[in-house]
Amino acid sequence: MKKITQTLLLISLVLTLIVPISQAEGQLVVQGSTTVLPIAQATAEVFMQNNSQANISVRGGGSGNGISALIEGTCDIADASRPMKVKEILLCQEKGVSPVPHIIAMDGIAVIVHPSNPVQGLSMEQIKDIYTGKITNWKELGGQDLKIVVVSRDSSSGTFETFSEIVLKGEKIIPESLAQSSNQTVATVVSTTKGAIGYVGLGYISNTVKALQVNEVIPEQETVVSGKYPISRPLYMYTNGAPQGIAKDFLEFIWSKEGQEIVEKQGFVPLQ
Amino acid sequence: MKGRQSLKEKILKNIFLLSSLTSIFFLIGITIILFKEGLPLFREISLKEFLWGKSWYPTYDPPGFGVLPLILSSLWITLGALIVAVPLGVSTAIYISELATPKVRNFLKLVIEMLTSIPSVIYGFLGIVVLGPWLQKLLNLPIGLCSLTASLLLALMAIPTITSLSEDALFSVSKDYKEASYALGATKWETIIKVTVPAAFSGISTAVLLGMGRVIGETMTVLMVAGGAAVIPHSFLQPVRPITATIALEMGEAVVGSAHYHALFSLACILFIFSLGLNLTADYFLTKFRRTSQ
Repeated sequence: MKKITQTLLLISLVLTLIVPISQAEGQLVVQGSTTVLPIAQATAEVFMQNNSQANISVRGGGSGNGISALIEGTCDIADASRPMKVKEILLCQEKGVSPVPHIIAMDGIAVIVHPSNPVQGLSMEQIKDIYTGKITNWKELGGQDLKIVVVSRDSSSGTFETFSEIVLKGEKIIPESLAQSSNQTVATVVSTTKGAIGYVGLGYISNTVKALQVNEVIPEQETVVSGKYPISRPLYMYTNGAPQGIAKDFLEFIWSKEGQEIVEKQGFVPLQ
Repeated sequence: MKGRQSLKEKILKNIFLLSSLTSIFFLIGITIILFKEGLPLFREISLKEFLWGKSWYPTYDPPGFGVLPLILSSLWITLGALIVAVPLGVSTAIYISELATPKVRNFLKLVIEMLTSIPSVIYGFLGIVVLGPWLQKLLNLPIGLCSLTASLLLALMAIPTITSLSEDALFSVSKDYKEASYALGATKWETIIKVTVPAAFSGISTAVLLGMGRVIGETMTVLMVAGGAAVIPHSFLQPVRPITATIALEMGEAVVGSAHYHALFSLACILFIFSLGLNLTADYFLTKFRRTSQ
């Protein structure tokens, strides 16, 4: 008798592990872009405090990762720092998924250098020349005689894509550039390397790095909202079909005044 | 009662058989998936373009899927790590097995085994925070994250493997050999260099090959400290991007089913073939070593 109970216990334990997590009610899985991650995390925390039955699990992994999870049905909301690509939309159609984009915030990409670097600002053209290898020393830009260490993101990240589209305009980045895996590692490398230049989301500017003016515009919330700052982009959350139930409540919370305040607190630019 | 006992034994035997088959099942499954996901790439580009191409621009249009810089980066970092780890690891093994007193030997073995218990992310972290900036200052480099930093950290990770396996090999060299050597009037030093080490040579080779396998497959540390520049290496002071780091860096964002996705799987196949080759060679040396030491 005891054995049977034990066996049953074991079986039920295994079964609970097998049952997919996202099926339960009040459950929401949010996955995708590392840029959107801090917004999703902070808003989910407050949202769960307000709604005790809600259980939101937030994961990073990158825009592409989130979108493919949405297509595979393993997440409910996909965070993305770029619009979907044609190939992804085709894949959606194939799998019968109808992705709906929701802009939840704006993001500016700041160009950062080591705090000791005397250079205050660069033009878009100069940044492009640095990233395509035409300018290789800071003295060409009025700085010290120091080799420029070009820090970039892995070429499939949303931040890289936006930067590449807006700044490089499709030209190839030099292969010598250091591909880093996240905004945070870019900031760390730049803060410890004198000759480095990198780019990160506005939320990752801190006093360990110096954010440069681009075309004489300071990267800050006002300039991004007004459209003056040239390297900016919208951030998305994708749902399969119109959002329903808890996903709808969550998105509405992010769009609310309280939600947009959280967005602002995380260093991003609110929609209004 | 007896019948029940043997039934129980039979069931247990089959359970164990099943669990041993699981690992074979997984190995075959992984191999099939790797090649099934990797091979479709060659519908779009030729194998030669893939292996000899020098530019890795997977997300551009038209894309560049040349993996030569990535393969060479992996080999380059491995070479650097072995240059440091083999002399250090083997001489440590010689010291532990032939020269140290039992107390020192036990202490050293414990410490070296503890090195294996440090997670690779911690090595990477130390590389970013301590070793990288230090090398940068010392050698006046533009950046501390380069193949030298990665090689040094990987050497540290390979030393336990190399040392403990070499030590086993040296330890199991038959006493007769050593005694014969002493009887001929050889000194301790001569015995070690001319008798013990040559007798344990295949075991030491196994140790080096398995250490190499550890280094070439390491991901987290190289992702953090190798720098990440997809260029063909020609100096230990420049940033590089090994195969493992590329896969870890890009797999999360690659569109499933795209050429980029397949290219990453093909890279994984190359890595798999490397590791398999290393392990098979190590196995070959090991059986040879067993035969000679008997």
